Amino acid sequence: MANSSIPIIEVRGLVNRFGAQVVHDGLDMTVEPREVFGIVGGSGSGKSVLLRSILGLQRPQGGEVRLLGRDLTQMSAVELKEVKANYGVTFQQGALFSALTVLQNVQLPMLEHLHLTPHALDELAMLKVRLVGLSDEAARKYPAQLSGGMIKRAALARALALDPPLLMLDEPTAGLDPISAAAFDELLMDLREQLGLTVIMITHDLDTIFRTCNRVGVIIDRKMTSDTLEGITRNPHPWIQSYFHGERATRFVSHGT
Amino acid sequence: MYLSQRRNGDELEVELSGSWRGAELPAIDAEIAAAPLAGATKLRIVVPESVQLDLAGAWRLREWIETAEHAGVTVQFAGAKPGQIDLIDSTFSDRRRGTPPTSSEPRFEPVSALGRHVTRRWNSFKLALDFIGRITLTGLHASTSWRRMRPTSIARHLYETGITAIPIVSLIAFLITLIIAYIAAQQARQYGAEIFVVDIVTVGVLRELAVLLTAIIVAGRSGSAFAAEIGAMKLNEEVDALHAIGVPPHEVLILPRVIGLVIALPLLTVIADFIGLTGGALLCKWLLDMPLPLYLDRVQDAIAPTTFWVGIIKAPVFGLLIALSGTYRGLQVRDSSRELGRLTTMAVVQSIFLVIFANAIFAVVFWQLDV
Repeated sequence: MANSSIPIIEVRGLVNRFGAQVVHDGLDMTVEPREVFGIVGGSGSGKSVLLRSILGLQRPQGGEVRLLGRDLTQMSAVELKEVKANYGVTFQQGALFSALTVLQNVQLPMLEHLHLTPHALDELAMLKVRLVGLSDEAARKYPAQLSGGMIKRAALARALALDPPLLMLDEPTAGLDPISAAAFDELLMDLREQLGLTVIMITHDLDTIFRTCNRVGVIIDRKMTSDTLEGITRNPHPWIQSYFHGERATRFVSHGT
Repeated sequence: MYLSQRRNGDELEVELSGSWRGAELPAIDAEIAAAPLAGATKLRIVVPESVQLDLAGAWRLREWIETAEHAGVTVQFAGAKPGQIDLIDSTFSDRRRGTPPTSSEPRFEPVSALGRHVTRRWNSFKLALDFIGRITLTGLHASTSWRRMRPTSIARHLYETGITAIPIVSLIAFLITLIIAYIAAQQARQYGAEIFVVDIVTVGVLRELAVLLTAIIVAGRSGSAFAAEIGAMKLNEEVDALHAIGVPPHEVLILPRVIGLVIALPLLTVIADFIGLTGGALLCKWLLDMPLPLYLDRVQDAIAPTTFWVGIIKAPVFGLLIALSGTYRGLQVRDSSRELGRLTTMAVVQSIFLVIFANAIFAVVFWQLDV
């Protein structure tokens, strides 16, 4: 769905350093509306740091990060808070608040950002819980009482709480069995279709990449190479070749082409 | 502006405009409430392409439609129904219209509540006994070999609970002795009995104050640290991991802390004794012009051979109580960060209570023994 409107995320010349260790050095990345963009890279290549830079959790040493055309690196704390209503995030371990029920977890961003009546708050939170395929019973449970797959779904419900146009998911299917992972991918695609979402995800799961992503960005040597899914699998770089054409990957690629 | 309306006889036509998003709900509520629906039998809703409708806005529109239909108004859309409303319809399809989910709050029943409370208390008492028994057994097992006593771990806890506590324990011992000596001096001066200030300070510090204050400070510092450390490990499944690797958690986590504190508390008490007596000497010199040799002579006269030991013998017991309640509460942490806070608080409150309670028992015992 290519259109000429502004990119939803635009990263230009990003530089991140921790002491002498350079994580990103002039990294560029563009995500257009309604794309599903997968971020891939070896362990320690700076995927999570990239996500944290986009989320405004980390101020980069250089470069700019534009969300809907506005530069996050130059924003004040007040502006950042306002911008945060535009995206929903899930973290690797779920990061649900352990002292709150699933429903309360979903309500937390709503209470912070919206002014809702108690009835609207309950109904809208329950709507999100049901959208991700959790039961009313699960909504009243605490995170510690949930299975791994349910935690991922609950985290997704919380990310959707404010109806953001953009979702950022850190390893959404890591630690799930293949069937649950497939169900999660399917849910994500349904929601993207119905809600018109743009999705950025970090993932190592080749199944997930081939099932969901339109475009993939690979972080190599502190920079990003991005292309369509088709294009990236034909990229001659040895790391990309071994990633997509390793033993695990060949079945997908031979399928695709 | 979110609604513009036109009334044709008994039909009300509304056209949505602007941003129907969650952030605008209060304003949207107000406009919907103000819509002249009274007397209309038909509601026609126009949703132009330009309207930004998110799920929150769609939900509000759907609520309005339901209320209107409930009041007998026929509702129809000009053009297709927005997809967001279809999505909500299908998500809430199993629900009867207009009935919010009912929560089943348990009723208050005094008899069963009392019963539950008693059984809970009884169970927690049994659990505490179980814990003490287990620690005793672990200690006995471990005492057969030096390596299983985990000397490195004990040394670490000795450092963290003992050495690093020296400054605060010293400072508080000094200040409290000053206060006691000052009050005693004020009273004793009226009778010309200044010399007895030395007795009060010496006996008070050695027998009671030094050990009690040290124990309370350590309970606040280390009892809470034990509960929080072990509790965080429980939340992170590290305790389960120890079990699974075949390393008994009681042996590596609890025992070194208990032994460390049982050693550290008497040593801290000796320091507090020393600092307390020094504080007494300084105050006597400044306030009562009592020369140091006289003070020392009087100290010699005031204390019986047992005075110092009566204080110091309580210290390991207090250390044991603090370490046990801290680690026990830490192991009870389950599921949530709130539990961690609750049990850490409980560990501190309980260990201070136990220390003071034990001190009272000691007082009675020593009185009976006449020491």
